[in-house]
Amino acid sequence: MSANKDSIGKTITVATLLCVVCSVIVSAAAVLLKPMQVANKDLDRKTNILAAAGIVDSSKTVDELFAQITTKYVDLETGKFTTDVPAKYDAKKAAKDPQLGKALARNIDIASIKYQAKVMPVYLIESDKGIDKLILPVHGYGLWSTLYGFLAVEGDLNTVIGLGFYSHAETPGLGGEVDNPTWKALWPGKKVYPQGSVEPALGLVKGSVDPAKKGAEHQIDGLSGATLTSNGVSNLVKFWMGKNGYAPFLTNLKAGEV
Amino acid sequence: MSASKDVLTHPVAKNNPIALQILGVCSALAVTSNLNTALVMTLAVMFVTAFSNMFVSLIRNHMPSSIRIICQMTIIASLVIVVDQILKAYAYDVSKQLSVFVGLIITNCIVMGRAEAFAMQNPPGISFMDGLGNGMGYGVVLLFVGFFRELFGSGSLFGYEILPLITNGGWYQANGLLLLPPSAFFLIGIFIWIIRTWDPSQVEKPEFELASNSKKEAA
Repeated sequence: MSANKDSIGKTITVATLLCVVCSVIVSAAAVLLKPMQVANKDLDRKTNILAAAGIVDSSKTVDELFAQITTKYVDLETGKFTTDVPAKYDAKKAAKDPQLGKALARNIDIASIKYQAKVMPVYLIESDKGIDKLILPVHGYGLWSTLYGFLAVEGDLNTVIGLGFYSHAETPGLGGEVDNPTWKALWPGKKVYPQGSVEPALGLVKGSVDPAKKGAEHQIDGLSGATLTSNGVSNLVKFWMGKNGYAPFLTNLKAGEV
Repeated sequence: MSASKDVLTHPVAKNNPIALQILGVCSALAVTSNLNTALVMTLAVMFVTAFSNMFVSLIRNHMPSSIRIICQMTIIASLVIVVDQILKAYAYDVSKQLSVFVGLIITNCIVMGRAEAFAMQNPPGISFMDGLGNGMGYGVVLLFVGFFRELFGSGSLFGYEILPLITNGGWYQANGLLLLPPSAFFLIGIFIWIIRTWDPSQVEKPEFELASNSKKEAA
C-alpha cells in the first residue's frame, strides 16, 4: 500500500477522502451547534440593548427585563414609524437587499458601511410621560471590522445613556478596548447635539478630554493605540445621528409627529 | 511508558515550544491579558495539537509526500473550526474576547511544526501525547504571562479581585503597561531567562566570539 503512495491515483484518492471527511465533520459541528449559537447571539443582543440603556438587575433574567422594551421600526427617510416590515426582519440582511436597502454614495457614507437598510428597528422604554429611553442600533467600520452596537439616549433625545458594541473584531487590547467598562463609563451624560442643531457633535478626541474646556460635553477620550478604531466610532456616531441616520426620526419625535 | 511520559513532559520545560523554539509568540501576546482567555486558549491549543498529531499520524503511511503539508493543514483547519464552533456555542463570552485568535490557531507554528516533525514519523498514541505535551508547554507560558498580566494589570485573578484597585476604592494602582501586548514580550523574556538559568544547556552558543585585542600598543 505505502509503496506506491506517491502515485497520482493515490494522491487524488487521499486528497478527496480527506476533504470529504473533514468537510462532513466541519459542517456537522456548524449545523448541530447552530441553534445554541443563535440563542447565544440573541441573548447577547438583548443583554447589550439592556446594558446600553443602563438597565442591569441580576435578580431578573434578561428576557424578563427585556419585556419592558418595545421594539418598533422606523423608516429612516421619512423619519416615521412603520409597520410595513417582513416577519423576522433583519436589518443587516435588508441593507444589501435591492428592495429593502440602498447603496450609500461615497460622500455621505462616513461610517464606511456601503449599504444601509431603509428601515431600522429601534427600542423604546416608555412611561406615562412619553419616551423614557430610546435605544438605537448603530454600526460602522473601525480598523479591521464593522462594529455593531447600540446607542441609548434619554427622553430628551440628546443626552447619552450609554454606548455598547456587541459584535466587532478589533485588535484585542487596543481597538478591542471599546468593550472596556471604564471607557464605556465615559459616555453617560454626554450630549449628541449642540444646542439648537441637528448636526451631531459627539465624537472621540485624541488623548483625554479636558472637562473645563468648551464642548467637553460632546467629547469622549480616544482609545490609546487605536486611532483608526476611535475614528470609526466617531464616524459611526456622526453618521447614525446625522441626517442620513436617525436625525429625521428624532426631529419628528421631538415635534410629536410620528 | 517512560518514553511517552518524556514526550509529554519534555515540551513543558526542557523543550518548550515558546521558550526554546520561540514559536507561537503572536497569540501569546494577544490572549494573555487575563487568565480566563489564556486558559481557554491553552485548552483549545492542546485539543488541536493533540488531535491533529493523532490524525496526521493515523494516515501518515497513506499521505502522499507531495501533498502532505496541505493534508496536515486540512486536518488542523477542520479541528480549529470545530473548536471555534464549540466555543461559540458553549462559551460565547470568552469566544468573543478571543475573537480572531481561535481561528489563528491554524497558523500557529507549534501545531504545524509538531505534525510535520513528530507525527509524520511516529505512531498515533505517542503523537497524541506529544501534541498534548506541546499544547501544555504553550499553555504553561500563557498562564505564567496571564497570571502576572492580570494580577498586576487589573489586580485580579480569573476576574476575582486580589489587589483592590484605587479606582474601586482600594490601594493598588494598576500598571497599564501590563494590559498592553508589549508587556507579554518582557514576561516571556523573563520566563526564557529563568528557564535557561535552570537548564543552561538551552543557551545557544554564540555565533562568533570576539578575539582579544592583538594590538595593545596601538590602542
